Amino acid sequence: MSMSSGRLTPPESPPGASAFPNLTIVADRAAAGAPAAVRLTEVCKVYGQGRAALLALDKVSLSVAPGEFVCLIGASGCGKSTLLSLVAGLDSPTSGQIETAGLKVSLMFQEPALFPWLTAARNVELALRARGVPKAQRRAQTQELLETVHLGGFGDKRPHELSGGMRQRVAMARALAQDADVLLMDEPFGALDAMTRDLLHEELERICAERTLTVLFVTHNVREAARLGDRVVVLSSRPGRVIEEYDVPRGGDRAEDSRDVAELASTMTARLRQEMRRHGD
Amino acid sequence: MAIKTQSSAIEGLDNLELGGVPQEPRARRIARTAWAAAWPKLLAVAIVIVLWQLVVATGWKSYVLKGPTVVFPTLWGLMHHRLLWQAVGITLRRAAIGYALALVIGSVVGAVVARVPPLRAGVGSIITGLQVMPSIVWFPFAIILFGLTTPAILFVMVLGAAPSIANGLITGVDYTPPLLLKAGKTMGLRGFNLYRYLILPASLPAYVAGMKQGWAFAFRGLMAGELLVLIIGQPSIGVLENNYQDLDFFAGATSILIIILIIGIAVDTLFTSADRAVRRRRGLLEPGAA
Repeated sequence: MSMSSGRLTPPESPPGASAFPNLTIVADRAAAGAPAAVRLTEVCKVYGQGRAALLALDKVSLSVAPGEFVCLIGASGCGKSTLLSLVAGLDSPTSGQIETAGLKVSLMFQEPALFPWLTAARNVELALRARGVPKAQRRAQTQELLETVHLGGFGDKRPHELSGGMRQRVAMARALAQDADVLLMDEPFGALDAMTRDLLHEELERICAERTLTVLFVTHNVREAARLGDRVVVLSSRPGRVIEEYDVPRGGDRAEDSRDVAELASTMTARLRQEMRRHGD
Repeated sequence: MAIKTQSSAIEGLDNLELGGVPQEPRARRIARTAWAAAWPKLLAVAIVIVLWQLVVATGWKSYVLKGPTVVFPTLWGLMHHRLLWQAVGITLRRAAIGYALALVIGSVVGAVVARVPPLRAGVGSIITGLQVMPSIVWFPFAIILFGLTTPAILFVMVLGAAPSIANGLITGVDYTPPLLLKAGKTMGLRGFNLYRYLILPASLPAYVAGMKQGWAFAFRGLMAGELLVLIIGQPSIGVLENNYQDLDFFAGATSILIIILIIGIAVDTLFTSADRAVRRRRGLLEPGAA
């Protein structure tokens, strides 16, 4: 999916943003009628009632094209996780619309959320069983999925016998077992050490390319967002609103320590700080 | 080539992360845990015998109180009587039937109450109330209902044990981690499948704890029942105990107490190992813990 919107500079863009030639700041993509895997239109979410009501999301409009990798970043209280729960169908919006074009959606969390009484293979197999894959095919498919995440030899281990990174890969295999077209990831690598995270970024990139997955990836790590996303959406906090979108050009050096990623990360950091200062007043 | 390099890096990291703890052979682990479980019990028994002998040596109530040197030979002699084994058989059969009933009833009630919120508020507090009722107070009621029969004993056992079992299951359901529920729902587990594949297995540790506590209540109810509900032609542990009391036969009565204790400890060991197996599978036991 190529992002062909013009270079617009939103009124609040941080000073010096235009000094980064690789960035395209995109405004109001949802308005464009392009086909979307996930489309949110003016989504609001209110928790609680009356005076205690909390507006978590305020008129969030966002559209994610098929095969696109979109990162959502924002400070605490921006409603990132709420947004994913809504898209996953675990909760419903107070107002607005969420369309997933009939695509299957699966959700991954910061914790692997594996069932501790099942082995790694059984965890993956349960997802196959839940979607009705016949027993005869489940074993082979489970093995294949575990091999996809380089855990072919660890199927008989229980979650507590695996390292954090390995558990998260089992969780990824389980998410893939749901045969989803859209993968929602809620800070999936947030609890991992930098070395493991770096390897898992490469893994995720490879898997997404192999399976043409559409990914909505929540993180509070700007470098991670710049490293992985085709597009990065910045949300404001309390209430969560889309305040900025950055296109990340494909190709080029996307390593986390590359110049491009670092530049984009610092631009986004500046924008986020500006947003945080707004709450400091 | 790039992919090759990457996968070998990730596999290398996996091996590094798992390489730390050497796996203990299964047979050795079982032997070690069996010994670890056994020696404190043996030590406790030894201490009790020594204290008992000391009390006897002081001459306190020497006209009835007998020491281990008298009681153990009596116990040994009893063990060569068919009557004792018949009694143990009847008591254990009652224990099994009463506990099985309690297990079924407690589990069904627990599962229903955990699922239906209005029942939760009402029945939940009744269950807790039942748990604090001593089993002995139920006997007049049970005897009026069933007469001096085995069902009267089973009735009291069920009333004692089922609430603990139900409560264990309810607690387990309540404490199913919300994150796992979320994961299960995104996976597409709904309704009965959500219960079968997620909530029930997640409840197992608390359920097993409830079953263990339920056994203790059931066995207490059974012993009380056997002392109160004496049924002709059905020699049980309680009947023997009662007879020896009538005969002022200290060594005999003490022998029966020892047998009751042994049965209690044996069954408790079964529950404890079930509990440990559940926790080990989930990584809830510290490696090397006894």
